[in-house]
Amino acid sequence: MILAERPQGRLQHGKRSADTIWLVPALFMCLLVLAPVGYLVLAWTQIDGDIWRHLIDTQFTHLVGNTLVLMAGVGIGVTLVGVSLAWLTALCEFPGRRWLDWALMLPLAIPAYVYAFVVLGVLDFDGPVQSWLHRYLGRTPGDARSPLLLAWVMTAVLYPYVYLLARNSLISQGRKALDTARSLGASPLMALWRVGLPMARPGIVAGLSLALMETLADFGAVSVFNFDTFTRAIYKSWIGLFSITTAAQLASLLLLFVFAVILLERSTRGGGRIEQQPASNQLRYQLKGPLAALATGWCLLVFAVAFVVPIAQMLAWVVNRAGDWMQPQLWRLIANTFTLGFAAAVVIVGAALAVNLGIRFAARGRILSEIASLGYAIPGSVLAVGLITVAAHFDQFAGTTGQGVLVGGLVGLVLAYLVRFYRPASAPIESSLYRLRPHLIESAQLLGAGRVRIALMVLLPILTPGIFSAMLLAMVDVMKEMPATLLLRPFGWDTLATNIFNLTSEAQWERAALPALILVVVSSFPVALLIRQSRTS
Amino acid sequence: MKPIWIFALTFFLVACDEAAVPSSTAPAASQPITLYSARAEHLIEPLLSRFTAETGIEVRFITDTEAALVARLQAEGANSPADILLTVDAGNLWHADHLGLLQPIESEVLSRNVPARYRSPQNTWFGLSLRARTIVYNPERVDATLFSDYASLADPEWKGRLCLRTSQKVYNQSLVASLIAHQGEEATETMVQGWVDNLAMDPVSGDTRALEAVAAGLCDVTLVNTYYLGRMLHDTPTAPLAVFWPNQESTGVHINVSGAGLVTHSPNPAAAIQLIEWLSSDAAQEDFAGLNFEYPVSEAVALNPGIAAWGAFRADDLNVQALGELQAQAVRLMDRAGYK
Repeated sequence: MILAERPQGRLQHGKRSADTIWLVPALFMCLLVLAPVGYLVLAWTQIDGDIWRHLIDTQFTHLVGNTLVLMAGVGIGVTLVGVSLAWLTALCEFPGRRWLDWALMLPLAIPAYVYAFVVLGVLDFDGPVQSWLHRYLGRTPGDARSPLLLAWVMTAVLYPYVYLLARNSLISQGRKALDTARSLGASPLMALWRVGLPMARPGIVAGLSLALMETLADFGAVSVFNFDTFTRAIYKSWIGLFSITTAAQLASLLLLFVFAVILLERSTRGGGRIEQQPASNQLRYQLKGPLAALATGWCLLVFAVAFVVPIAQMLAWVVNRAGDWMQPQLWRLIANTFTLGFAAAVVIVGAALAVNLGIRFAARGRILSEIASLGYAIPGSVLAVGLITVAAHFDQFAGTTGQGVLVGGLVGLVLAYLVRFYRPASAPIESSLYRLRPHLIESAQLLGAGRVRIALMVLLPILTPGIFSAMLLAMVDVMKEMPATLLLRPFGWDTLATNIFNLTSEAQWERAALPALILVVVSSFPVALLIRQSRTS
Repeated sequence: MKPIWIFALTFFLVACDEAAVPSSTAPAASQPITLYSARAEHLIEPLLSRFTAETGIEVRFITDTEAALVARLQAEGANSPADILLTVDAGNLWHADHLGLLQPIESEVLSRNVPARYRSPQNTWFGLSLRARTIVYNPERVDATLFSDYASLADPEWKGRLCLRTSQKVYNQSLVASLIAHQGEEATETMVQGWVDNLAMDPVSGDTRALEAVAAGLCDVTLVNTYYLGRMLHDTPTAPLAVFWPNQESTGVHINVSGAGLVTHSPNPAAAIQLIEWLSSDAAQEDFAGLNFEYPVSEAVALNPGIAAWGAFRADDLNVQALGELQAQAVRLMDRAGYK
């Protein structure tokens, strides 16, 4: 006992300064994120009082109101849909469960702006649904856009975050705890409420915060619906009023929202530490009769509305427009999209791993990871402008100007993806680290293993599922990304997303169906892999 | 420094250098032209290929929104690789010019081909195609004699019958800017309020959407750029849509331009000017405008028959530079009037 305690004591006191070294990756990452954020904050040095007065007088009430309404709707939507599906597929058995549990992740492959225009294509006044109602029920066609439908659009593409992370928690907690609760007299729902949900809470909240941050930063889907949110005020100031400084100021205000989301996440994460259970081949609740039908029906409904219908509509457009595809370089677009997605994902996950392990070893500095996450909630093109400004200064400083190293170079583009998508890559790694039993590291330390060895021999194998999730999430996000890719890509590096931009900038939604469909298919591979690996873990 | 670090650093720098200058083996004489374009790829690529085939000068380009391209030019400053900025409206050209990002071109060809009102007074940018924003209505449901000016759409006659595209789009901002220039801020604001009162539904995201709403009978009249109508009639010739040219007795139909300017720090200005001149030439004008059903800027070029069928009209002779100067004022006015 005494022998065992001594080395640990030395670790905690004697190596205090050495521990700080582990925070270097985190500090570096923060610097990278804070550079463009700093550009936003520095914008406050010149305030255009006129524009501000105008915005406050005519815009603010309804913009902030709309933003809050949308966030509330999306928050409720992704939680209900994501958690219910996660609970069903992780803990129950019903017809179709085996394929639904990965198929339900697929909507993640659809970019929000694509889903938005497809949903309107189906539901709006000239879409098939209203045409049918008109022909057979004599209903007058009308405007289908509403805040509720928009909240559904965002929910449909964002619930997979909650689903994935909640499901991972539920699977790894195992049914054992639920059974224990039931043996103590709790009903199944009660057991879920009192035991299952609290156990899955870190996953649910992590997924929810990703969804809310994406909602905040969204510009594409809200534009298709012409729904004025805070992001739109940023664009109005920039594009309409020619005041990029006001736009930057507004974008930095958006960060306050983000802090609120992060605080929410941190506050719910508190409480007791939840440890990983040994993964056992657990039994599922066998659902029978009407309950099974209900479960299958609910999963099928979500899958159909969020994935099958948009795919079918896009296919229909592609077939309709077969004449003018005009896409000789389609293969190059696919190759570019995939290469960028993969390369960026490797870099992003490497960074997320280094930052989170470092923080774990140093046993402090968690706030650094939160700061590094800020890039996720800044609207893509505002972030891109911040980045390009910083990158141009750097190029000047390093004497690499005009050579396209950072500005208009692959290095710059990958760094931009890193700043933007650190968060979704960090979340799964963080939550696997969080569920790790502390005594594993302690035992390894007791056996005299160094930090690097612990990382390689003990942590890496345990973290592999988390790393894999991070890799795939980052890859899908990068492949869908539009504004930063547009602004920072080198010549010739057109991707499927930039191709969609080119077609939709002239409002040719239907012609964009082909690249959009291919983008969805290409992104579906990592998404399907994502869920398959989490099933076997 | 340990040898391994020196090696790593050297390797890194060499790698950067390689990445930075891809195949820069071409002689300086045929240095490529670099174009930053807000005009969609499929509208410019065929023309640029033709230019390269005729002159042997390569053109490389990236597409993005105007605002992003302007921000990039600004960030890159003196080291920008860009030679030409191409946009789809006058306001953004004016803005880029205002930020000092464009330089004047003294060119007889351009002065001859581009009428004075479609270029900046300092010759820092030139319109290359014209975009007329006009009234389009459903002839089955509307008596066209009720129209006169843009302002007539504010009449109570059109209550619940008007569809508009969002005020966030620069085309509407330019239209309102031109009306401010002609009739002053107060009258324009009253007029825009009248439009908003007459709306049949929330403003839509695009001109095409507005046309579809009129064709579907959700509303009877809208304001769009004519090429959207051209495109739509090309796909659905039977759509119940007709053109009315407003302001014929007064100031003329609102015209915006898609145009280009020479970047201040252009590394290859001679070739860039050659390309802009070529785009204004009769041979290129037909396609530059025609690919997108727009009106050519050069009066010498014949119209596509589909477009000619809408008839001749009196165009606004306001210099399009005013659209940029008054844009911010127009945006605020529309915000005050509750035009979303």
